[in-house]
Amino acid sequence: MTFRVLAFPDLTVDGSFPLGGAVAAILIINGANPWLATLAALGAGLCAGLGTSLLNTKLRINALLAGILMMVALYSINLLIMGRANIPLLRETTVFKQVAQFFGVGTGVTLSLVFVLVLTCIVLAILNWFLRTEIGLALRATGENEQMVRSLGADTNMTTILGVAISNGLVALSGALIAQNQGFCDVGMGIGMIVMGLASVIIGEGIFRPRGITAILLAVVGGSFAYRLFVGVALRLGLPPTNLKLITAVLVIIALAIPYIRKKIRHEWIPPAVRM
Amino acid sequence: MGENRSLLQLSGINKIFSRGTVDEITALDNIELKVNAEDFITIIGSNGAGKTTLLNVIAGVYPPERGGEIIVNGRDITNLSEHRRAQYIGRVFQDPHIGTAAKMTIEENLAMAILRGQRRGLNIATNKQRRELFCSVLAPLGLELEKRLTAPVGTLSGGQRQALALVMATMSKPSLLLLDEHIATLDPRTAQIVLDLSEMIVQREKMTTIMVTHNMEIALRYGNRLVMMHKGRIVVDLDQKQRSNLTINDLMVAFERASGEQFADDSILLREK
Repeated sequence: MTFRVLAFPDLTVDGSFPLGGAVAAILIINGANPWLATLAALGAGLCAGLGTSLLNTKLRINALLAGILMMVALYSINLLIMGRANIPLLRETTVFKQVAQFFGVGTGVTLSLVFVLVLTCIVLAILNWFLRTEIGLALRATGENEQMVRSLGADTNMTTILGVAISNGLVALSGALIAQNQGFCDVGMGIGMIVMGLASVIIGEGIFRPRGITAILLAVVGGSFAYRLFVGVALRLGLPPTNLKLITAVLVIIALAIPYIRKKIRHEWIPPAVRM
Repeated sequence: MGENRSLLQLSGINKIFSRGTVDEITALDNIELKVNAEDFITIIGSNGAGKTTLLNVIAGVYPPERGGEIIVNGRDITNLSEHRRAQYIGRVFQDPHIGTAAKMTIEENLAMAILRGQRRGLNIATNKQRRELFCSVLAPLGLELEKRLTAPVGTLSGGQRQALALVMATMSKPSLLLLDEHIATLDPRTAQIVLDLSEMIVQREKMTTIMVTHNMEIALRYGNRLVMMHKGRIVVDLDQKQRSNLTINDLMVAFERASGEQFADDSILLREK
């Protein structure tokens, strides 16, 4: 979200993803309601995003650097929250188990899939609505043209803070869900998250070439499925799972380079590389 | 509403860039300017004269040096941030890309402009009522943009984008309109169209306007008052009567004199004319 909508390369997500997991995990093992714990994770993510965007807007720290700073800080914070590097959740009540119980079915892959799909649809619907509201428009325009947004009377600092906070809130929410689904939370589970997110966005845009905000949102979700598919294929082909992040990185590099190479072949003009 | 009601008042405006370094440059040197309501001022001057810097200071992109004062409609806005000033000031930039958001549609761009100076809430930004309003402001342009409300702005030509930017700057009727060489990047024919549209809107809305231009002919032909800047100072300030018989040649002479003699003021220039 931050990358495409706000043009804000936000590295905080590598930290806010396990943050969500950590907050949810520690609350759950201390007997909290798993739904409330998941919600708390969302809140924690919002705060992390708030931190990064305040560093960027109020202290004028470069967006990339602000994200890295926050990510590093969050590593320690996550350890502090968890008290150790890994919390098992297999025996605890999770949202998945509660949903399974409610419908009287077993906690299988199908259930998780359906549940996550429904949740994704809800979040998509909310985002789709939000990005069309008056504030949402200002937020999207901020990523494209800050000068214009200010000259039309909207505070670009506000929109940046809002956008980065929301996106990190959502990332932490996914962290909480993943931790509950896989049955443990680990401080290292966020490493490379940003690249995976990027991979999803870029693959989604590459495959579906969306126009309009709804299409873009759907394309990103489609992209993340496609990305998983690629990774699955790669693993089936016998690549060891330890190479996963390497594969992801290579995938993103290829996806980012394709437009350049295509232009090169057609001898089109290419803008010089951006160094932030 | 007397003819001489002052709408914008600048006093003691200085702007120094890169202060304390070898690159130190005084972009604005003690600017004093009183703009009356419904004035249409054209500002000319060579590169580096401080024209755009002046507009940036008025719009609040950066503050003037300490001691300067900017008053709009009797209200001191010197310390107001750019987005808060936007409720009083509409602006069209030289680059069509800055005035509009390319990936968003025409109606989304207009919906952002309509909320100038208002709180932005969680209502869906484009509704039927607003769409009708958008059509009614786009139709007079004669560019048929009202039929393409859902087209991304990136698909428009530079002239169309600039016309749209003009509508966005004026549709919520700010007190002051700043046109910053807004036709400089357009081809002559399109430039003429956009210029005529500007004049039409300014006259229709009786909008107080400051237009920066490089073109002396345009500076003479449009507006009711002409200001010439040089090296961060206002060197010539002519009202309607004073400039009515002026030719481009006179202006050239005035300009050479003004730039040659730092202390020339407009009274001398005019007497010698």
